[in-house]
Amino acid sequence: MLRACGAGSLDELFAHIPEEARLTKPLALAAGKSEYEILDYFRAREAEMAGGYASFLGAGVYRHYRPVLVDTVASRGEFLTAYTPYQAEISQGTLTHIFEFQTMICQLTGMEVANASMYDGSTAVPEAAMMAARITGRKEFVAAGAVHPEYREVLQTYARFQGMPIRAAGYDRETGQTDLAAAESLINEKTAAVILQSPNFFGCLEDIQAAAEIAHRRGALLVAVITEPVSLGLLAPPRDADIVAAELQSFAISPSYGGPYAGVIATRQQYVRQLPGRLVGETKDVRGRRAYCLTLSTREQHIRREKATSNICTNQALIALMATVFLTVYGKEGMRELAEQNLAKAHYVAGKLPLRFTAPFFNEFVVSARGKSPAAINRTLLEKKIIGGLPLERYYPELGDCMLFCATEMNTREQMDTVAEVFAQ
Amino acid sequence: MTYPEQFRYTKEHEWVQVEGDIGRVGLTHHAQNELGDIVYVDLPRPGAVLEQGKTFGSVESVKAVSDIYAPVSGEVVEVNSALADAPEKLNADPHGEAWLVKVRLSRAEEIEGLLTAAGYQQYIGA
Repeated sequence: MLRACGAGSLDELFAHIPEEARLTKPLALAAGKSEYEILDYFRAREAEMAGGYASFLGAGVYRHYRPVLVDTVASRGEFLTAYTPYQAEISQGTLTHIFEFQTMICQLTGMEVANASMYDGSTAVPEAAMMAARITGRKEFVAAGAVHPEYREVLQTYARFQGMPIRAAGYDRETGQTDLAAAESLINEKTAAVILQSPNFFGCLEDIQAAAEIAHRRGALLVAVITEPVSLGLLAPPRDADIVAAELQSFAISPSYGGPYAGVIATRQQYVRQLPGRLVGETKDVRGRRAYCLTLSTREQHIRREKATSNICTNQALIALMATVFLTVYGKEGMRELAEQNLAKAHYVAGKLPLRFTAPFFNEFVVSARGKSPAAINRTLLEKKIIGGLPLERYYPELGDCMLFCATEMNTREQMDTVAEVFAQ
Repeated sequence: MTYPEQFRYTKEHEWVQVEGDIGRVGLTHHAQNELGDIVYVDLPRPGAVLEQGKTFGSVESVKAVSDIYAPVSGEVVEVNSALADAPEKLNADPHGEAWLVKVRLSRAEEIEGLLTAAGYQQYIGA
């Protein structure tokens, strides 16, 4: 094999791997073990070292229960191996679940039309911003500083190469909400959209209606960003927004070290031709039976080439299917109960902790370490098999002693009390 | 289909009819015929400023979306709003009822550079 790939020795084959990353001694495994013995060994180590941890991490990726039905459906060969549904005649199964996905996203967001999904929330946001620029014919944005910092980075990357400046609207240091008066002063006749996340990165609820009024007064659109869509089980949908860009990882998509996830963009019917990505429509076949098809494909890159609404000309079909099954399992009442559990648990533990902000929140909130080091608090929690909150200094230097905590239905009272005890020490 | 003598034409398949300082702009019969069933027309708002040869809108058929190019420069003074609800008129009556926009010409001499009805028909091989 070495000869076939042109390497003189095993060391030469691995020469491009930095010295310090190379293992220079044999693995600490007993010799002569069979495959299943080695697997058993690693499973035992996993249980010792990696299992059984509670987590209070959120910040865009949430730990929610994944109903077993999700993988049962998503691992079926018909869905798992299906190619993109260009040929409607043989893709009715895929087209049906995408149509159901779009329908449920509309019900959740209060919008009139949703696409068949995007790569993730962070790419949905700049795609929504570019959509607003096409609709308004304007080329600048005002983005709240309390939008997920990594989403803002992706937005910046898109906007920079389109020559579209972004102004950042700060947050109120007391409430944790975006300072809408400051945001309003940044809007001018070139502003295509105001971009606001709710619940925002700090977990605080924003006033979408007020922000929409401010944006519309100056002829700009409002893009509402959602990183925690479970909140929609309880909160009013962002109906006043013109475009909703959301991450759907919360809907039965495992964290998986950062992806793959699914995002989505939903909007008003009048903007459908500027909506990027794929769209499934309901129609009738020649015998008058209900059928599904890809519709308005002339917006898309495989037809419209460089003039397409976006260079994203696919969707996250399999991942969006997981979200669809999740939403189907929970249903309207179930989503409400799930959201209520998240709210109740987050407010239970938050009630025992020194909160940094005063605004209403859903399942995330910022805690002040009050002179202690967030890293030290997390180390103590980790010893108790609890993964603590996200230290915010990396994103917000002014919040150097603050941490972002999230509590979901997965957290027990015992875990939450332990967190409170560590903070009280 | 006849191509009216009083119109001037572009190689991008638009026509313009000038009366005074106003030019009425539309798509040619040949264009609609090549596009097939037209389902949507995207037009600028009144007040938009067109520049000859630059795109100012698009027309969407079941096959494709095509850009519409301005045959003349000027400011849009009127938009044929009937096309929003009835884009199929572009297939039925492209040289009449389904005009797209009316433009106040800013460079009237541009007309001289456009094709005549005979020239256009020769260009499309009609």
